[in-house]
This record gives sequence, C-alpha cells and structure tokens, in this order.
Amino acid sequence: MVHYPAWDQDEARSIVSGLSHLEGATLPILHALQEEFGYVDPQAVPLIAEALNLSRADVHGTISFYHDFRTAPPPRRIVKLCRAEACQALGCDTVVEELAREHGIVVDDHGAPDKAVVETVYCLGNCALGPSALVEGELLGRIDADRIASLCGARQ
Amino acid sequence: MSEAIRIFVPIDAAALSVGAEAVANAIAKEAQARGITVEIVRNGSRGMLWLEPMVEAETPGGRIAYGPVAARDVTALFDAGFQNGEAHALRLGPVGELDWLKRQQRLTFERVGVTDPLSLADYRAYDGLKGLEKALALTGAEIVEEVRESGLRGRGGAGFPTGIKWKTVHDAKAEQKYIVCNADEGDSGTFADRMLMEGDPFLLIEGMAIAAIAVGATRGYIYLRLEYPHAHKALQRAILKARNAGLLGASVLGAGKAFELEVRLGAGAYICGEETSLLESLEGKRAIVRAKPPIPALQGLFGKPTIVNNVLSFAAVPWILTHGAKAYADYGMGRSRGTLPVQLGGNVKRGGLIELAFGISLREIIEDIGGGTLSGRPIRAVQVGGPLGAYLTAQQLDVAMDYEALAGIKAMLGHGGIVVFDDSVDMAKQARFAFEFCAKESCGKCTPCRIGATRGVELVDKIIAGHERPKNLAVLRDLNRLMTDASLCAMGGLTPMPVMSALNHFFEDFDRPPAERLPLAAE
Repeated sequence: MVHYPAWDQDEARSIVSGLSHLEGATLPILHALQEEFGYVDPQAVPLIAEALNLSRADVHGTISFYHDFRTAPPPRRIVKLCRAEACQALGCDTVVEELAREHGIVVDDHGAPDKAVVETVYCLGNCALGPSALVEGELLGRIDADRIASLCGARQ
Repeated sequence: MSEAIRIFVPIDAAALSVGAEAVANAIAKEAQARGITVEIVRNGSRGMLWLEPMVEAETPGGRIAYGPVAARDVTALFDAGFQNGEAHALRLGPVGELDWLKRQQRLTFERVGVTDPLSLADYRAYDGLKGLEKALALTGAEIVEEVRESGLRGRGGAGFPTGIKWKTVHDAKAEQKYIVCNADEGDSGTFADRMLMEGDPFLLIEGMAIAAIAVGATRGYIYLRLEYPHAHKALQRAILKARNAGLLGASVLGAGKAFELEVRLGAGAYICGEETSLLESLEGKRAIVRAKPPIPALQGLFGKPTIVNNVLSFAAVPWILTHGAKAYADYGMGRSRGTLPVQLGGNVKRGGLIELAFGISLREIIEDIGGGTLSGRPIRAVQVGGPLGAYLTAQQLDVAMDYEALAGIKAMLGHGGIVVFDDSVDMAKQARFAFEFCAKESCGKCTPCRIGATRGVELVDKIIAGHERPKNLAVLRDLNRLMTDASLCAMGGLTPMPVMSALNHFFEDFDRPPAERLPLAAE
C-alpha cells in the first residue's frame, strides 16, 4: 500500500521549479507531483502556469486530457485491470461480472477513498498471459476474480 | 570452491507476471542452503511466454531450459541437479534446440533472452555497437541510403519507408532536429516494444543514436506509455549507463557528435501512439492530433524537423548497419523486407514473440507455432494489427504476413499483433467494443471520430436489440464509410475496420433473435 503525504503547496512549488527547465516540462511536472502526493491538486495549476509561462487554461486542459492524472487524493489502492481485446479473448469480462456478483466490487466505481478501486485499462502488454492486471507497479498474469478481490482486501 | 554456476531467470514483465521474482529468490535461497555458488542473471525473455518463468542453467554443453518453473519446484530442481542440466520433468532441453526458437529468424531480437539487458559488456560481447561504429565512419547521407536500401518500413503500423523519412529530415535545414521514439505501444495484442526495451534497451539507444548521427539531430526522446513501469526502469538505467560509457552525451563514442536522450512518460491516452498527438504530448499539451501537412519530418517536435519512429524500426537499424542493407533485404517478400517480430496472444496455447521474415502464413503461426486455442475450442476469429485491425475468420488464415497481402483482404498488419478468439466470442459485442474504445480514446478534434464513435455504439446496440435492423445496418455501413473517409487520423479512420470485418464475416452474430440477450446498454 502506498502512503502519500497531504498536499503541500510549498513542496509542490519546489517540485515545479526543479523541473521547469525541461523542454515540454508539463507532463514531467504533473507526473512528479502525482508521484509525490498521489494526485495533482487544482492548486498546482497556477504554479505550473506561472513557471512555464502558460495560461491556466492550457495547464488545466493538459491535466484533464489524460486518463491517468487524478485531481483528488487516490483511493487506498488502484488495481488496473486490462479489458482490451487479448484479455477479452481470455474472459476478462467474466472477471468483471464475477467481481460484481461474488465480491460486490464494481469496476471503475470510485466509492469511499478508504476503499480499493479496480480501474479499466486497455492493454498492459501481457497479451499472451492474460487476463492481466497491474497493481502498484507489479504486473500480474492469468488472474481471476478471486485474485483481484483479494488484492482489494476481500469483500467491500 | 568451484566457479559460480550461471542461472538465468527472466526479468521481463511477462515472466514476472507469473512469478519469476519468487523463482529467482527461491533459487538464491536454495543454492545458499546447499552451499552451491550460483550467479543469477536476470535476462530478457526468449518469447516463449507460455513457458515462463523459464529458467536456464549454463552448462558446458550450452544453456539448458526448464519451464514453466514455480517457486515450489525449486527444491526438486536442485535435487535433480538442474544446475548441471540434469533431467527433470520441467526440463525442456538445450535452448538453441527448442523448436520455437529454431523456426525463427532473430535479427532484432538476437540478444533478447541471451544477455543481461543492462550489461554494456554483454551488449558489446554480442555484437552490440558495431552498427553505431560503422555509422560514425559514414556520412549522414550514406547512413540514410543504407537504411533506404534495406527496405525497412515503419514497424509501428503504417509501414512507411524508414529511409525516405530519414532522408526528408536529413535534407531539411534547421539548427535543431529531434529523434523521437514512439514507445506508446497501446495496441492490444502487442508487446514486442516492451520486450525489446526490457530485454535489450541498449539496442534502442544505439538505433536512435544512429538516426541522430545520420540526420544531424542532437536531442532525442523516448515517449513511453505509463503502463510499462518495467520498461521505464530498464530504459532509465540503460540510458544512465550509456551516458556514463560515452555512448550518449556531448560526444557519442568520442566522435565529436552530441546526442542526448531522455525518456518521457505518457499518461494513459491511447491516441498518443499517433505520431502528431505524441508530439503534442511531448510538448506538454493535450494530445490533439495535428493535421498533416506539415509532416513531422519537416515540422515536428517544437516545429523542428523530427524523425518519429517506432521502437522496432530504430531497433532494426543497428543490424542493418552491421550486416549491410542487402543482408536485411534478403529476408521477406514483395515490398515487405526484413523480419517482423510477431506477437501471438489472446486465446492461444503457446503465445509469445516470434521474429520471422515476412511471408509466413497466419495459419502456420497460430496453428503450428501457437498450437491453436488455449481453451481447446475451435478458432472463430483472429484480430490482426491491434484494436483498429480487422477480424479474420478461421478460413482466411492462409493469408501471408505481409503489408500488401493483408491489405488485399481489407485487413492490416499494424504492429504485428495477433489476437486469437475461440468460438465463444460474440462478434457483435466486439464490433460494439471497437466503437466504445474509439469513443473513449478519441482526441476529439475531428467530428467523424468524436461523434461517429458514440453514434456507432448506439447503432450496434440497436441492431443487437433487434430495433429496425435493416435500417440501422444501412446507417451503420454509411457511418463506417464516413469515418473511413473523413477522419483526420487512423483512430477514427480505422475503427470501421474491425467493425466492418465483424459485420461482413460474422453477420450471424448481428442477426440473432434479440430475446437471446439483453442489449448491452441495459446491463
């Protein structure tokens, strides 16, 4: 389980200024903030805009475009479940159904922040050993609903 | 005390996904308990993914493979003397004699699985850097000509001749040029880029350095998808080592030409695999597709001349420089020269990576090499070329793996991914998914893609539900034609390919009595 410190505007400012010299620095900055705090607080928008001489709309636009940038603190744990074609061919949709039916886990449902979330992702590059999931940087192959449920901390 | 026995346990993400880390730990622990000195090398994967974790023991008679090994097998393996290549139920035999590998022509993947991916000494010992050394002795125009003559075509999917792209950038006049590697391998069913970056990252670095020398670029970026944390780690470490060894930096291999290389991470947007949207993303913007022209070769990253190539395109170049354009062009058929790393996945018994000269039939790959479906049920559909590729029937599998041959049956090779489905697949559902995926991942710039994909989902739902089927089928065909003709890039332009192939080849799935199932939207 990854624990993140609470958002700290001064710390955020120093992360931004440490990376603002890069070419096309926006994404590296957003990744660095999310790695530190688990999300990118909306308070970061004016910081980044000022450091990179961009409009706040540009920065907000970039954050909102990408699926992976979060603007609120992350759930307790994120399990990324592949639901692309190669995993479909090996029954990932059945896994999704079983998670809902047997374990009360609804994929892509962001409930209370203290709960684990199973998120849909399209392809983890493990297409010969699916269905696959990615949990805190660890790739898992040949998974089933029970394995995902246990990663989520059993019944929710 | 005898010399350490070398044991190879893959560090490839696919091998790790089925327990390679636990196996490596168990081997270390068991060896220590028995007082046997072992050196555990974490190699790339040989690509026989159904046998992962596949462990190899180095013996005087060559490397002997065992697999698939679970941590609980390790004690018994030591009891049997696997470290000396002795017999055991999991023993597969000498690696070089395994049928799967013997059938291949490994050029790009020649070192993957053989070496320690992060050892520059290993890399050199197995012919690494020869291509770059050769390139440094040539003029830029000569390097470009060598690549052109090899017949290499972009391995990302579009199949554009790499040499021509390089020549355009070479001939452009600019103070700054860029080399960008598209490592946003988002197509389901593809993993060759990942395996290469994890299994032989120096090869990609060398290929990009050759491109930089050829066209006079001094900066390069590898745009890597966030879903590949293992590849990210491997590239970061390899770049650091390359820089320390003078392979990157102010003077590449001391030849006085600068090349700096950096990895940049995406953030979960499939569209970033499209080169212009990738460039927008690298610039820090929303990844909205650009209209072409201008082409990136003339106005690419930050408006400068830029080579954007796929991982496998760059990775093919060192071999071409080392062995000569003709040697590479001698592989393949028609206008598809060289080799293609094919990725076999989905519902298949023996899935993995197979590098072969162009021209082998899909059937040979899926049935002979792949052994048919994992479920043991009949093959019903095969999707080639990722989520924008066509679904083929079991009767169409005699087609050759070749850009033109596949185009001839309204399919595409794409990045070389093959996904096998058995007879439990519902092709109307797959057609719906193609639209759903496009709706989620469209960048939103052009209307046919942004709106068309959503209308497509609704149409397929209506057809499945049996609502005015003939009329809705006519609208669906019309919508597909419009998206094909009027979309700005391949996302909207090719989404009709899986849809139409499903509709044309598997019409029965769109024509079932609606009572059999609920419309998906009602779930």
